[in-house]
Amino acid sequence: MRGARSAKWVAIAAVVALSATACGGSSDKDGGKGGDDKAAIDANGTFTVESGEPENPLQPANTMESYGSIVINSLFTGLVDYDSSGKIVYMNAESVDTKDSKTFTVKLKPGWKFHDGTPVTAESYVKAWNWAANPANKQTNSFWFSDIKGYDQVAPESGAPKAKELSGLKVVDPNTFTIELTTPIPYYVYKLGYQVFSPLPESFYKDPKAAGEKPVGNGPYEFVSWDHKKAITVKKYAGYTGSNAAKNGGVVFKNYSTPETAYEDLKSGNLDVITQVAPKDLPVYKQDLGDRAVDQAYSAVQSIAPAFYSKQFKGINPKVIQGLSRAIDRDTITKTVLQGTREPATGWVAKGVLGFEPDAAGDVTKYDPAAAKALIKEGGGVPGNAITIQFNADGGHKEWVEAVCNSITNATGVKCSGDSKADFQADLQARKAKEVKSLYRSGWVLDFPMNANFIRDLFGTKSSGNQSGFSNPKLDAAIAAADNVTTLDESVKKYQAIEKDLPNYMPSIPLWYYKVNAGYSEKVTGVQFGQDGDPILTGVEVKKK
Amino acid sequence: MGRYVARRLLQMIPVFFGTTLLIFLMVYALPGDPVQGLFGDKGGSPQVIAALRHEYGLDQNIFVQYFNYMKGIILHADFGTQVASGRPVTDVLGDAFPVTLRLGGFAFVIEVVVGITLGVYAGLNAGRAADTAVLLTTLLLISVPVFVLGFILKWIFADELQWLEPNVNDPTNYGELVMPAIVLATASLAYVSRLTRTSIAENMRADYVRTAIAKGLPRRRVVTVHLMRNSMIPVVTYLGTDIGALLGGAVITEGIFNIQGIGGTIYQSLIRREGTTLVGLVTILVLVYLVASLLVDLLYAVLDPRIRYA
Repeated sequence: MRGARSAKWVAIAAVVALSATACGGSSDKDGGKGGDDKAAIDANGTFTVESGEPENPLQPANTMESYGSIVINSLFTGLVDYDSSGKIVYMNAESVDTKDSKTFTVKLKPGWKFHDGTPVTAESYVKAWNWAANPANKQTNSFWFSDIKGYDQVAPESGAPKAKELSGLKVVDPNTFTIELTTPIPYYVYKLGYQVFSPLPESFYKDPKAAGEKPVGNGPYEFVSWDHKKAITVKKYAGYTGSNAAKNGGVVFKNYSTPETAYEDLKSGNLDVITQVAPKDLPVYKQDLGDRAVDQAYSAVQSIAPAFYSKQFKGINPKVIQGLSRAIDRDTITKTVLQGTREPATGWVAKGVLGFEPDAAGDVTKYDPAAAKALIKEGGGVPGNAITIQFNADGGHKEWVEAVCNSITNATGVKCSGDSKADFQADLQARKAKEVKSLYRSGWVLDFPMNANFIRDLFGTKSSGNQSGFSNPKLDAAIAAADNVTTLDESVKKYQAIEKDLPNYMPSIPLWYYKVNAGYSEKVTGVQFGQDGDPILTGVEVKKK
Repeated sequence: MGRYVARRLLQMIPVFFGTTLLIFLMVYALPGDPVQGLFGDKGGSPQVIAALRHEYGLDQNIFVQYFNYMKGIILHADFGTQVASGRPVTDVLGDAFPVTLRLGGFAFVIEVVVGITLGVYAGLNAGRAADTAVLLTTLLLISVPVFVLGFILKWIFADELQWLEPNVNDPTNYGELVMPAIVLATASLAYVSRLTRTSIAENMRADYVRTAIAKGLPRRRVVTVHLMRNSMIPVVTYLGTDIGALLGGAVITEGIFNIQGIGGTIYQSLIRREGTTLVGLVTILVLVYLVASLLVDLLYAVLDPRIRYA
């Protein structure tokens, strides 16, 4: 029986090869615990939200992308939060006082506890911020602490760190601490609302890596489990004393790789809240969902920015950029190509933030081919009479870039084409390396709901978000003046004045504001979306089954 | 035969190094940087970027990086760490691989059973109406793109009839895996039945089959033992490479049915320029291919007694 003997060898070879590579079948964990407690009463009902696998461990200062942020926000509550109009609401803080906008005294509401039962104290904040600011701990958001005095000692631009703790942070008593900044920032309270400034429990420092897998926070929800690439489950924290206690029993963040599949699951009752609607379903989702469809603006703005370091736009007359801006028919493009998912921008500051003013840019964002032509001519014309718009091909930008180009060419005769980069990484690299040839696509989602975030952090010469190489000493001086006031109101007003003045500089061409196109199932009510475009989880109510 | 197997196993070593080095270099050549990518539009502090780059060895020469990476794999079975999440690549693989294994295995079974049955049936009836019917069906299956088929099945069975769930919510539930497995299997199934049909029809006229019939063996024994065994050689060759393709994950099918398998993981790592994750995944796939092709070669000897390996 030759055949039988050969068969034996096949089996042996298979065993040898498999054991050599050590990839024998491993038993996987049981993922079948759906979490849907359907018989439960209202207040304990849980629901599911479309999400994805967070890129980073779940540490508050290490999370930049939205899949991680939404989980962190449910697990942690910081000092302050914002309401829908961009006003400050005190959460864990009783008060944040300042006399000079440079030294802030934070008083905590007593009695708050982490999910492991330990109290939230001033030390919980100060220690967490010191830890996150230290470059050795490699927190992606650590530059948020750079306003605090002593940051340059903890994280010097070059050379070894000279200190381990920020000298600007001082614990006064268990419920009070002070923050001293290097320069006055009248709206610093706004920054404190960002999740980077969350407190951390003592248990975190024993093993930060493990804590990133199993975070212990002080927010309305406590962590239950993270089944990688499948789901993250959180449940209501019974001991929560904040004003935004959960009205439901818990949330399951389910992993979806495409919005299409999430939409199908929403329709078939396997998912309760989706956060985006795919282009394919946009024309029908309002009919499908009725009043369960969500369509609202959130605080993000899409623009195209000239590369001011490029040959073409170096020292350009702003009139030319004004002309290009006026050659873009925003109304038509948002309605047709973008299917109503964006709203034409009328300024640089997005909606829903403090200091937003409609029509801040004046005529500059109004479509007018004749004026566009005249302005470009007046400014000396576009060098080369041709422009390109760089974008990343993986982000669904191609269609509108082409539409914008057509609009510009039709109105002014300036040749325009898209400069496609394979993906966001390649696009980003070209921008960072200052290799953009003409213009590029740029998006900005708010960090904190105040107009300064959309002006100072994008157009200041040394700002972290300034990638266009835009630099204007007059504008820098105006920004410094707007920061150097004692009250928030004054600062907001000064930034409003700057925005009104921006048409004279044209650091970028604002196109449109983003909108949330989303929906929810019949099982839940009270679903609302915040300025960051994420659903407000604590307000969701689960219907009795 | 033992020596042959040993030699083939040894040959895997240079192939393994060659492929991994190539992949490593290709990922390196792509524009973009996984650490910079973490920060997106916002700048990020240069100190943290430098610290992260150092931790993952990205500040070193590419060949030093490759050497360190290989050292990790060989000495400690350590496939590196994902830059963004800080999780070991073996964990990431451990999440995705069972899912793909289940889906791929399921699809493979469908492909083998249905494909060979159809092929044998058509081959035995070569030239008749049944043969033409199978030909038409398989041609149709080959020509319909995977995503079209996926959407049609979903629309019929999930939206209209509501027999099945549209997406996979629990990859351990084979009921939910039926649709994606069928979609994944169809194209290969068609190839398998074409190959089977041709070689069955051809071998029907072979001398040894005529001898077997002349010997007075029952038709069933002639077909299953004498005819099938010899006709399976091209089919097994195809199936061997196909199992590698199935385990390599199906980016499109996984996307349509929301399955978090190898395909999607590879795609994600590529988008994020996660060189280490990518090389880890592909290394495993290379090994799968190598083993599959070895098994196929050895199966030849089982199927055809005339083939010997010394």
